[in-house]
Amino acid sequence: MYKHYTPVEQVDMTFYYILGISIVVLIGITIAMIYFVIRYHYKRNPVATQIRGHVGLEILWTVIPSLIALSMFYFGWISYLDLRKIPKDALEIQVSAEMFNWFFGYQEGKESQNELVVPVGRAIKLNITSEDVLHGFFLPAYRIKMDAVPKMTTNAWFYADKEGEYDIFCTVYCGVGHSGMHAKLKIVSKEDYERWLKGESLGEKSSNNH
Amino acid sequence: MNEQKRAVSYLESASGILSWLGTSDHKRVALLYLFAASLWFLIATLLGFSLRLELMFPGKQLMTAQTYNAVFTLHGVIMIFLFLIPAIPAIFGNFIMPLQIGAKDVFFPRLNLFAWYLYMAGGLFALLSLFFDGPPDTGWTFYVPFSIMTQTNVVLTTTAAFILGFSSILTGLNFITTIHRLRTEKMGWLQIPLFTWSIYATSWVQVLATPIIGITLLLVILERVFGIGLFDPSKGGDPILYQHLFWMYSHPAVYIIILPAMGVISEIIPVAARKSIFGYKAIVGSSLGIAFAGSLVWAHHMYTSGMSDMAVLVFSFLTFIVAVPSAIKVFNWVATLYKGSIVMGPPFLLSLYFIFLFSIGGLTGLVLGAASTNIHVHDTQFVVAHFHFVMFGGTAFAFIAAVYFWFPKMFGRLYDFKNAYRGSTLLFIGFCIHYFPMFILGLQGMPRRYFDYVPRFATGNFIAGIGGMTMMIGIFLIVYNLWRGLRHGERAPQNPWGGVTLEWMLPSPPPTENFESAPEVKAYPYDFEEGKKL
Repeated sequence: MYKHYTPVEQVDMTFYYILGISIVVLIGITIAMIYFVIRYHYKRNPVATQIRGHVGLEILWTVIPSLIALSMFYFGWISYLDLRKIPKDALEIQVSAEMFNWFFGYQEGKESQNELVVPVGRAIKLNITSEDVLHGFFLPAYRIKMDAVPKMTTNAWFYADKEGEYDIFCTVYCGVGHSGMHAKLKIVSKEDYERWLKGESLGEKSSNNH
Repeated sequence: MNEQKRAVSYLESASGILSWLGTSDHKRVALLYLFAASLWFLIATLLGFSLRLELMFPGKQLMTAQTYNAVFTLHGVIMIFLFLIPAIPAIFGNFIMPLQIGAKDVFFPRLNLFAWYLYMAGGLFALLSLFFDGPPDTGWTFYVPFSIMTQTNVVLTTTAAFILGFSSILTGLNFITTIHRLRTEKMGWLQIPLFTWSIYATSWVQVLATPIIGITLLLVILERVFGIGLFDPSKGGDPILYQHLFWMYSHPAVYIIILPAMGVISEIIPVAARKSIFGYKAIVGSSLGIAFAGSLVWAHHMYTSGMSDMAVLVFSFLTFIVAVPSAIKVFNWVATLYKGSIVMGPPFLLSLYFIFLFSIGGLTGLVLGAASTNIHVHDTQFVVAHFHFVMFGGTAFAFIAAVYFWFPKMFGRLYDFKNAYRGSTLLFIGFCIHYFPMFILGLQGMPRRYFDYVPRFATGNFIAGIGGMTMMIGIFLIVYNLWRGLRHGERAPQNPWGGVTLEWMLPSPPPTENFESAPEVKAYPYDFEEGKKL
């Protein structure tokens, strides 16, 4: 059902679905609770009606939440699959974390530090590893996060759909410089990317921060 | 009332410090825990508050990044191992559970006291870690390989957690045996009050899950001291193995923390509503269901760890299964209020706050359980907010509710109700201001355990700081009010709330031996028919 949407849109729709239902449930519980406390205050209702349970009601509020929970699980899983299904034509970039910097390696032998530069209109596959302790590669704008584990390569991907600059954070606590382990993703035009690979610096034109 | 006064209360039965340190009375052991755990709670609260102040503005305010890291580690270790895990079971489980089942004491009174000494020894080790090589800076999760490489004192702190685990296992074992063997003759399993049921379910988790953290922390110590290459990838070890072992205990530990809190709420609500609890068997069943299913969901903390997608599928599915029994409990509590005859009191007000905050904690847990949304909010402020809604809004609020509920029974005195309402409400309002912005910050992408942040996260952190200050005022008022009640409070009647479980059939405070003769047991434990008159 999600086919026409990008992975980011799918994740966001799952957020809306779960949070939307949650807010409705929360409001329902809270209103019922406050209403009962006022309506059945002992001054208004001096004698309680002793009700020990109701099998039908209890089955109902076991089955319905179970179905809702399963639907949430399902949407969460379906949208997760697209986060994990890396397109074959994706541009591969090596990501290496080391206290407290991000290093990026490109196919042409180019390397960069704390600045991930990619061309617009391409799927980007990240091969992530770490040189020391655990780190976490987090790109909020594209809803992806993957731990960087020493001696192991993990993957994540995103589709660079729009030129701009985005934050990359480290999410697995890694020591004194953890919160400063901050990099930028720069999505640039194909031409700028080619020129940058050859060693030219990027023009300072586009900086529509997300 | 006067008639019952003849029996000397457990507080007056002996005096002097040695009569406390050598006691085998479950009620006195409970008070030993109460004072120690309350002290730890206040220390850890102050540590948490200092983190909040540090984060109020971008950049360095009060402390260096290294200090910040040590402070959040200690905040977590103390809150979890020294307050949340023992608080309700070791204090109220100890005091109230034997009374609710008509027992004279726990089954192993000396083991009970020994567990308290282990608890104090664990606390001592945690304190010692402050004075050797600097306090640990690993977070309460001790993730490898960082915890193996850092120069700070990880060994002392993990030893502390190891000893505390020991204490927790022995307490659980004791309670299981007590509930099986010392119930008054006429009390069948389905006459057991819900708080005792929750303690029973919790105790099984304590006994079965805690040994895993013991082994894991020993392995960390071995790895640090001898470098044998279990977890350190540079020596051929596997850091993801550590995470599995850690969460195999630490996720069930979350249920060790929340189940007794649910038990407290299940006691207070029917008493306040003068009405039978709605769905007694469903609540008992959901406690056991949570204890069982909660042991199978540990790897939902690890979707981004690099484990397989198949594992993500399985653990996400199981996580949604375990959500259902918690929802059932909330519905049952609210349904209990329907057609009740409700009398407001401080324990009940806190129970209402609990239901609201715990519901938010549970519902945001669904966001974390779903695979794709978890990827975005994992390890962000969203998780911190969710966790505090369950742990603080849930367990700590239930803890305060339990203190308000059973304080008259324990000490034979009342506290001032007006100040109790004021303090709790300030705490509640402050809590909401503190933790709501953190959900937003997490959704915006602010990671957790951050000493500093980019400017767009400044507003949320500032508002959260205001909430933190409000909470501190509330906590101060609550503690002050209870302390005053303890010293100068009015004498409490035997049954101030009109409860029907067995602890209310005893004088306040109860005599050392609790029951002189086997108490009468109701066929249904929440039978308020006789209490109609009011």
